[in-house]
Amino acid sequence: MIRFLIRRILLGIFVLFGVSLITFLIARVIPSEPAARWIGPRATAEQIAAAKVELGLNQPLFMQYINYIKGLFTGDWGVSITSHQPVLKELLIFLPSSLEIILGGMLIALIVGIPLGVLTAVYKETWIDHLSRGISIGGVSIPAFWLAMILQLIFYQYLGWFPLGERVSTETALLYPIETITGSNLIDSAVQGNWVYFSDALNHSILPMLTMAAFPLGVVTRMTRSSMLEVVGEEYMRVTKAFGFSSGVRTFKYALKNAMGPTITSLGLTFAYALTTTFLIESVFTWPGLGLYTSNAILSSDYPVIMGVTIFVTAAYLIVNLLVDITLAILDPRIKVNVE
Amino acid sequence: MDVLLDMKNVKVDIKTRSGTFAALDLEHLWINRGETVALVGETGSGKSMTASAIMKLFPTNKAKITNGEILFEGQDLVSWSERKMEKVRGKSMTMIFQDPMSSLNPVFPIGEPMVRMICKHLGVGKKEAKKTAIEALSFVGLPDPKGMMKRYPHELSGGQRQRVMISMAMACKPKLLIADEPTTALDVTIQLQILYLINQMKEKQGTSILFITHNLSVVSHIADRIAIMYGGRIIETGRTKEVFRSPRHPYTKMLIDAIPSVTNDRERLPVIEGMIDRSIEGCPFANRCPKARRECSTQGMPKLEGSSQDHMAACFFPLEEVPALV
Repeated sequence: MIRFLIRRILLGIFVLFGVSLITFLIARVIPSEPAARWIGPRATAEQIAAAKVELGLNQPLFMQYINYIKGLFTGDWGVSITSHQPVLKELLIFLPSSLEIILGGMLIALIVGIPLGVLTAVYKETWIDHLSRGISIGGVSIPAFWLAMILQLIFYQYLGWFPLGERVSTETALLYPIETITGSNLIDSAVQGNWVYFSDALNHSILPMLTMAAFPLGVVTRMTRSSMLEVVGEEYMRVTKAFGFSSGVRTFKYALKNAMGPTITSLGLTFAYALTTTFLIESVFTWPGLGLYTSNAILSSDYPVIMGVTIFVTAAYLIVNLLVDITLAILDPRIKVNVE
Repeated sequence: MDVLLDMKNVKVDIKTRSGTFAALDLEHLWINRGETVALVGETGSGKSMTASAIMKLFPTNKAKITNGEILFEGQDLVSWSERKMEKVRGKSMTMIFQDPMSSLNPVFPIGEPMVRMICKHLGVGKKEAKKTAIEALSFVGLPDPKGMMKRYPHELSGGQRQRVMISMAMACKPKLLIADEPTTALDVTIQLQILYLINQMKEKQGTSILFITHNLSVVSHIADRIAIMYGGRIIETGRTKEVFRSPRHPYTKMLIDAIPSVTNDRERLPVIEGMIDRSIEGCPFANRCPKARRECSTQGMPKLEGSSQDHMAACFFPLEEVPALV
């Protein structure tokens, strides 16, 4: 297990290097003048030349890259050319609010998707199965931004159950303020026992989370269904029946653990999708997170931010998939043998 | 002798897209307490279907018992609900399967389902169940039974896995063990050990055994009685010695003649030509039987008949009885 982890981590670092090189080169190739943006409108030639020195842009490309890599390790991820703030600092501000809806959405997908998948496998070819197939295909194929707007239309416009956007209402933020600890409003307010703030923040996050959950929910449901069907047909499940275990125990104890592998794997893959979906969801719900931050950076070709976000997203994706592999190894004892 | 299991006129139909298929038409099969009965037949003859009918454990939910009764300790299982069956399976009647490689759940240590099953059927605590499980594992001769509880199926050999299956089957001291070709997937050397263990179950616990096989030489070693199946029907049944000494059905005779023997220097083994044809009328073996006459296909199905229950055959023109050597 330890050897497996070390190998995977080394491999991950290798991938990160590759990604950093590619993003770095692309940022240098695109036709834009970062130094001019750094100064702002109506910059003089002297000011731009000075800014080039300040930003290290006068050095050879190779040296620039070495400095960039050095910075990545020492926590200096460059400075945003529009806000003049360190990229890492800004990332850490916007990240928790994005993670809130990503993880919330994933959690909803797991909690609803797995039982739904099992149910549809047990009641194959009945109305439950057909209904869930409809939901799954819808969840996977409906574009996130459109779903977000439909949800807003129904739950804000017609029903008035949930707010239109933002993370928390202004009155609550002013009347019941919380201190920032993790950056996640839900966790911070819960830790501080500020339940007024918590329920308001939760109310605000439900629609973004639901939108986020749609795609992974479809994937998880369909994956669980098909792998459950496969496992239920295995000889050892018939043996389990021959020893008198009830259908509940057979399904949820003995079949589900076998069937979880493909579900967990596909959930890890949808994580990458979730990271890009937040860009759209955050725009629709004016949710100040990584997505909104990045799309603004892209629009103003703020390349240190774009590079920082890319590196960060890559690292997050690698970590998630490492977690997926560890989970798989815990679920299935045969996997360890193959690795060693 | 006391009858444990008594199946009469049991019919099993499988619904397919093109219509219903009569998978099993069992006139009479019974097993006494503490007795080993062997069910012999070629592939597709209905051996495994018989086992599935007793346990109500069909591999497909399209199969249904449509007729007859299966009396187990005097109670008719046919009408029993799935709930009621769950209380009997694994406790009073149990089954071991052909392929030990795929019979055990790969992601659970072997002790886990054993302990859970013992807790359920014997109503004991986890500690007590663990003790029983370890006893069962050591009974089947597995080394380090305590450590064995925590091991996974992929760490064991085929023979060891079949031992695990047997220990699981015997843990609750069942009255009936159905062994569905338990040695087919194993090496010949291991086969004998497994047969010995199954025999031990009969002798130590008084378990009745329904032994399903297509290997006649195995049968002659362990079975008290034998039932030959063909085309979903029993065509001959009797005491093993009787049937071997003087087979009444031509099919049985041809099967016995096809057993390879060291003492006989035949160039080629005799072969029964043709395949099972389920569509023919009358005696199902008529199309392959060298002694078949026109009446075999026109008089309907032959019934099991004989001078006593110790030897019966379903044939319109049974072979002459060979006089016993005194």
